[in-house]
This record gives sequence, structure tokens and C-alpha cells, in this order.
Amino acid sequence: MKSVDYESVMARRNETMLSALGLDYAPFLQHPVTFDYEALMAQVAYSLDAVREIQACAGVGDTALIELRQINRLVRKLAPKGRGARIFVKDEAANPSGSYKARRAALSLHHAKASGFKGAVAATSGNYGAAVASQAAMRGLDCIVVQEVFDSLGIGQPEIVEKGRACEVYGAEVLQLSVGPELFYQFLRVLEETGYFNASLYTPYAIAGVEPLGVEIVEQMKAATGAAPDAVICTHAGGGNLTGTARGLIKAGASACKVIAASVDLAGLHMASDTDFNRKHFTTGHTGFGIPFAGWPDRTDVPRNAARALRYMDRYLLVKQGEVFYVTEALARLEGLERGPAGNIALAAAIALAQEMNADQTIVVQETEYAGAGKQPSAQLSFARDRGIDIRRGDPEDEVPGTSVVIPDHPSRLKLRDVDLPRVRKSLIRKAKGMMPEGSALNQEDIDFLAAETRSVPQFVRDCLKAMSDR
Amino acid sequence: MKCKTGDWVRIRSVILAPHERAASIPDETRAVPLEMRVKGWLVTQEAAIGDKVEIRSTLGRGYHGTLEAHNPPYGHDFAAAIPELLRAGEELREMLAEADGEIA
Repeated sequence: MKSVDYESVMARRNETMLSALGLDYAPFLQHPVTFDYEALMAQVAYSLDAVREIQACAGVGDTALIELRQINRLVRKLAPKGRGARIFVKDEAANPSGSYKARRAALSLHHAKASGFKGAVAATSGNYGAAVASQAAMRGLDCIVVQEVFDSLGIGQPEIVEKGRACEVYGAEVLQLSVGPELFYQFLRVLEETGYFNASLYTPYAIAGVEPLGVEIVEQMKAATGAAPDAVICTHAGGGNLTGTARGLIKAGASACKVIAASVDLAGLHMASDTDFNRKHFTTGHTGFGIPFAGWPDRTDVPRNAARALRYMDRYLLVKQGEVFYVTEALARLEGLERGPAGNIALAAAIALAQEMNADQTIVVQETEYAGAGKQPSAQLSFARDRGIDIRRGDPEDEVPGTSVVIPDHPSRLKLRDVDLPRVRKSLIRKAKGMMPEGSALNQEDIDFLAAETRSVPQFVRDCLKAMSDR
Repeated sequence: MKCKTGDWVRIRSVILAPHERAASIPDETRAVPLEMRVKGWLVTQEAAIGDKVEIRSTLGRGYHGTLEAHNPPYGHDFAAAIPELLRAGEELREMLAEADGEIA
């Protein structure tokens, strides 16, 4: 019998993950850094049309594209003359489990079933668990979700508790854990015990499943406005949302469309801290995931992450918690759409961005998510207030994550805050350099790979490497 | 409260004691155990809260742990409206009403 202590289970992680994926990663692991990313994505044995058909059979996709006419009027009122791009939103809340994550789960679970797995396991505290549970249910597969829910006092913030409930409603066995990255250990134990499919968010299937979202955006925008959008804003955490959407935009011929990431700024809060855990009023789409995953994608439950957001990111914007709550209110009051927090992160950024773009340009916010008990600002902010967080109107610039939430006192307070992307790119290149064994250097092929990884050019990579070795 | 075989319950167990936890995590997290809660049908014949019990999950998998609750409520709700946001919503409506004449 295999030993199940922490060290033993973690030592078997690679073999456990590989046997639970039904994919051969060996060709992509021959070099410490460089691999053929497109060949990894080509492991998905379905054309784009086949993916769309599989998803349509599962009730996924083909969601409405809605122009936010009232918010757009507000933007025009705030913007300088001639500015104020039109904002549209893709109503992904209409997917079976209430978020775009159904797209990622649908293709993964189709593949799991086709490969003969009897069930699937997902490590997630987000909407993805519900999506996997929902897609497993409709295919007669078992589903186990391993979820970080509680602090050491047994308290979970309302949105996480809601996400756990949703998984249970779809028939999943939900293992609810206290705070800590060793959740991965428990996840591996479940994979070993069950032999179920690793429904990772980061397989090529989970990314290819998002591509139709990008394609639908182009098709629907062409129908609505006669052209592809000028910009698409994606709420960014692990990178799959942005990666899959961007790939879909390119496949639909919209290569000129700017792809912009948006995350909630949770600077100063530690993601593995038991005491910070319930001081975060967002469970995803925040900098705690967004920055590290942009800077180094291979930190997941697969040997090579198919979500490589920095390859596609033209710009990365940060918003404050108070801004997102404000925009959630605006979406309900002005557009009659009550939606959950995730897409509203991108919407907050879009409202600021639209004011610097021309009036004849367009922006698509590419997701909404369902709203339910625990997901509203009322639930999140009441919970926060009970825990001593200062909630007030004012300038969101004054917000301190974990201490205060500042709801804008005027819509002109919504601001553009750019993440320093060259710095993120340098960080990825530095990490890649560190992966190389002692005495071996990165060659031209590696430099080209890193240029693609960082959406830069080989000269930028060479300059970074030179600056690092000069230091 | 007594629970009997077949009741839907929640148990709690320790996955890693503090000394078994990863070295890289913050001190406040390493000071406490990694715990797991799971729900299922009680297998043990009769038990009180705090007893060591066995359950079967909805998938039929067996788990052992400390009985924590009998059919626990989820507990989360919509909570109360946030007056700061209600006011913000009213302001936004007013701004658009004012803008009616200004923007075609």
C-alpha cells in the first residue's frame, strides 16, 4: 500500500497528475523552459466547430451580447468631447452553471467521458467547481470538488460558501478545507484513491473550451456594429479566461482587437494567510492570482499550463474593490442586470477605459456571472462590515485591502491603473533563466520562445538576460 | 443532539497537523492544522456532536472524523442592503436624468 504522508504524496505528484489527465505531456517537458505551445494546444482533437457543437449539446455558449446603453450614456457624459467608446457585455451568466466556466468544464468533461474516466476531480474555490459538477451531472459522471472554504475558526466568506453550495446542488462530493496551499496534497490523494480525471482549469481542453467565446464576440459584434470590437476586457486570475478568449478572437480574424486584463487590487493581502482569508471581498479575479499567474503560468496542477495569459495581454488594468461594488450597483440600477462580481471587475475597468477611447470605438466585457445569495455586494459588504472593515464613500485610491473598501463618491473616480507589463515580462524571463541547469544557457530557440511567452521581441529578451547577467 | 444512522451530517478531520504543514506558508497559517469538512450519511449507529464517526458521502465514499453538525444550514444569505450603494445608485439615476437633454 502506498504511503499517504505529505512528502510521499507530493513526491508522486507528476505521475499522479499525468495518469489523471489522459494527455501525453512528455514532448512538452523535454526542456526546462521551452516547448511547442501550439503543439500542446493541438492535443485537443477537435476543431473549433466540433468544440462549439459539443458545447451546444451541453447547453453551453451562444450567450447574448448586450449593449450597456445607459452606462454608455453615463460614459459619454463623463468623457471629453469625441471620446466614450460603446461598451457591450457578454452575458455568460446564462451558461448552465451560471458562468463562462461551463465552457471550460464542458470540453474537459466530454474528453474525460470519451477517455473512459468514471468521474472528475477539481481543485477550485470558484465557479469552476460548480461548472465541473454541472457538466459531470449531465454526463452521469461522479464529481469531487476540493475547495478552500474556511479559516481556522470555521468561518467562510459568503461568496465561497455559496460556491460550495452550488457544487453540492449539482451532486458533487465537496471536500471543504481550511486555508492553505496544501489543498493540493488532498487533491492528489483524491486522484490517487479514485483514479478519476483531473479536471484541471489548465489543460488544453479547458482553454480550447473558451475559444468559442472569442469567436462569438466577433460574430455578434459584427452583427451589431458591423465590425469586430476594438478592445475586449477579461477579468484575469489564472489566465485561462484571457488566453482562451484571445485565441478565439484571433481564430475569428480579429487580430487587431486589443486584449486587456483586469484584476481587483488586493495588494498587501497574503493568499495563504489564515487571518487575511476573510478580509478579501473577492474570491477570484484578483491580483493574488492575476499577477503571479501572468508572471509565471506553470504553477498549477498540470505539468504545462495551457493558460498563458502574458502571450496575449496588450494591457493589464487594476481596479479597486469599492469600484467593482459601485459598478455592480450601476449595472443593476441603470441596466436592469443583477450579476455576480467576476465580470464586473472587467466592467469597472471598461468604464474608465471607454473614456480615453474614441466615441466610434467599442469595448466588449466578455463575461457576467450569476448572482445568488452570498454573491451580492450586500452579502459581501455586510460580512466585511461585521469584521471591522471600514466601508465608506470617497476616492477608491484611498482603499487599503483588508482594512477599507472605498465606494466611489462619483463615477469620475473610476480610474485606469496600469500594471507595469515590462516588469512582469522581465520577471518571467528571470524565472525562466533560473530554471536552466547550472552551466547551460538559453539559445536562440529559447529566446524566441520567451519573446512569444512575453508578447515581446527577441531583442527585449536578450536585453533582459544581459541586464540580469551584468548585475 | 443525538444523530442516528442515515442522518445527513457534517464531519471534520485534520488533514495535516501544524508540524506537518508546508514550510513556505505564513506563520499564522502554520500555527493551525489543515482541516477538512465533508458531508454525508451517518454510518455510525448513534452519535452525539463531538463523537468520532463514519459517514458515506453522496458518492458512497467513506470518511471518518468528528461529528460536527446535523444537517447544517448553509448560513449565507443576501444580508442587508448597503446604504452607501443605495445612495450611489440613486445618484447615478439622477445624473442620467440630468443628461437627458445634453446627449442625443
